[in-house]
Amino acid sequence: MKKGNHIHRSFGDRAFNWINAVILFVLAFIMLYPFWDMAVMSLSPLAYANKSGLKLWPMGGVTLEAYRQVFSTNIVLTAYKNTIFRTLVGTSISIVLYFCAAYPLGKKELPFRRTLSLFFLIPMFFTGGMVPEFLTYKELGIYNTIWALVLPSLMTTYNLLIVRNFVSGLPDSLEESARVDGASFAVILFQIIIPLSMPVLATVALWVAVAHWNSWYDATVYVRSKDLIVLQKYLRDLLITAKEAASGDSVSGGEALATRTVEAATTLVAIGPILITYPFIQRYFVKGVMVGSVKG
Amino acid sequence: MKNNAPAAVALPRGTNKLANRFRHTLKECYKYRGLLLLLLPAVIWFAVFKYAPMYGVVVAFKNYKSKYGIVGSDWLNPLFKNFIKLFNTPNFEQVFMNTLIISLLKIALTFPAPILFALMLNEVRNQRYKKVIQTITYLPHFISWVVLAGLLRTLLSPVNGVVNDLIVAFGGQKISFLMEESWFRPIVVMSSLWKNIGWGSIVYLAAITGIDPTVYEAADIDGAGRFRKIFSITVPSILPVITIMFILRMGEIMNGGFDQIVNLYNSFTYSVGDILDTYAYRMGLEKNDYGYSTAITLFKNVIGLGMVLFTNYITKRLGGEGVY
Repeated sequence: MKKGNHIHRSFGDRAFNWINAVILFVLAFIMLYPFWDMAVMSLSPLAYANKSGLKLWPMGGVTLEAYRQVFSTNIVLTAYKNTIFRTLVGTSISIVLYFCAAYPLGKKELPFRRTLSLFFLIPMFFTGGMVPEFLTYKELGIYNTIWALVLPSLMTTYNLLIVRNFVSGLPDSLEESARVDGASFAVILFQIIIPLSMPVLATVALWVAVAHWNSWYDATVYVRSKDLIVLQKYLRDLLITAKEAASGDSVSGGEALATRTVEAATTLVAIGPILITYPFIQRYFVKGVMVGSVKG
Repeated sequence: MKNNAPAAVALPRGTNKLANRFRHTLKECYKYRGLLLLLLPAVIWFAVFKYAPMYGVVVAFKNYKSKYGIVGSDWLNPLFKNFIKLFNTPNFEQVFMNTLIISLLKIALTFPAPILFALMLNEVRNQRYKKVIQTITYLPHFISWVVLAGLLRTLLSPVNGVVNDLIVAFGGQKISFLMEESWFRPIVVMSSLWKNIGWGSIVYLAAITGIDPTVYEAADIDGAGRFRKIFSITVPSILPVITIMFILRMGEIMNGGFDQIVNLYNSFTYSVGDILDTYAYRMGLEKNDYGYSTAITLFKNVIGLGMVLFTNYITKRLGGEGVY
């Protein structure tokens, strides 16, 4: 940023820049390589995928065979459908709930404001834990329904606080002048507060959506039916549980398992939407951290 | 507290006051019914999905039968039966120590790393290059542990895994990384660096952005070098943020990282990798010993709560406003 002495940079200064850049490059390469390796593998013929060594490019021809195999089973499509459903529905309900709760909590005149804030704060410090949550949700009757993937993860205190901090930071004068002009509560909400809150709502929506997309725990514990499988659960069965089972009796590597190329293709299919949208929406994610850290 | 003192002196008027206050509160509630109504769905959701399971911890003291439910099941005869069992299990000490060791190892290595990383990023002069590095290093934060663990398995595999290929190429012996006790904790720490180093640096980068640029200019005039500026200006300026982040991290000491470990460990590495959360998960949701599992989580959560309250108290004492 400070270009003040750029005409007259010392050797040490330039060496520092180069060494710094190289270290960061190596770090980024190591962090990205596993994803690249997987992408290459998914497009390679099986013979090349099973070879050893660094794989920087699919040798021996690019093939979509692995992807054809992935989509030849209905289960991946079911998993995709369920994942998309829970992500869209879950995120939409979450955002409505967050806003509806955050707006009143940010108002000084709200009756019982301290008590209500405390009510939302306590679950941040203490939770029932895995089994009590499981049993409660089971007694609620959502066990093994699609709602078990949506309802339990609707809200977190942390996100609520972030939205509240943002909304309560909006200038009061806007609302007051609208009221003086005779605008109703609903008009103020929909035409002033909600449009102004869009940045924080968008950020939190992205976080919630990613959390839904990546969630395997609820789809493993609260749901049993094959019709309700989600991508991460399917992946976990394929990449981890099946291998555990295989390595239990023999350390040979297991032939009955999915081939490397199919594993790679399945992984890529599952995280594809994140990888594709990520570079474009990354800055919104980051913005949210800033919003949150203002208070911290 | 102070407001109640005069009311105690004059009781008859006090009760009158109380009635007035009650009426006033009702009026307030009616006046702000719109706000309260907006809040209602969230209150109900928290009550059902957060507070009801909190009550559910009584399962630790009950002989849970699904036909009687949480409320209807009988209390255990020695009420602390599950805790007695827990503290007498030979595994318990090991699991407890694993939790602490893994957590402390992570704090020791993954806490300073994002700070160092933020300092390095801040020294990059080419903004495009900086952006690219940031984009790549933030990525693993958005990928689930299921996928990351799957990738690690491929990379570390003794059959054509890149890491083992490199070891062999340099004349070494193949290692079954994920089945060896001695490798488990290093893999856990390294992989959490992979996932968190980039994202964790954002807070520090934000803090660095807030430093007054004239301070650097003054240092330039005084002839300060790069390292001098880093250690005499940047680091001291973000020290308050570092302190708060560290204290908060210490409050999380009972969390060894359930999501990560449950996807990386296996029966070969239980001895070094099994933490309280994964132990509770296996006992409760795989072996269906509900009461015992709840006892494990309750034990963990109570200590965790103590740690969080303690660390938050320290933050406030240090002059920060605390986080909550």
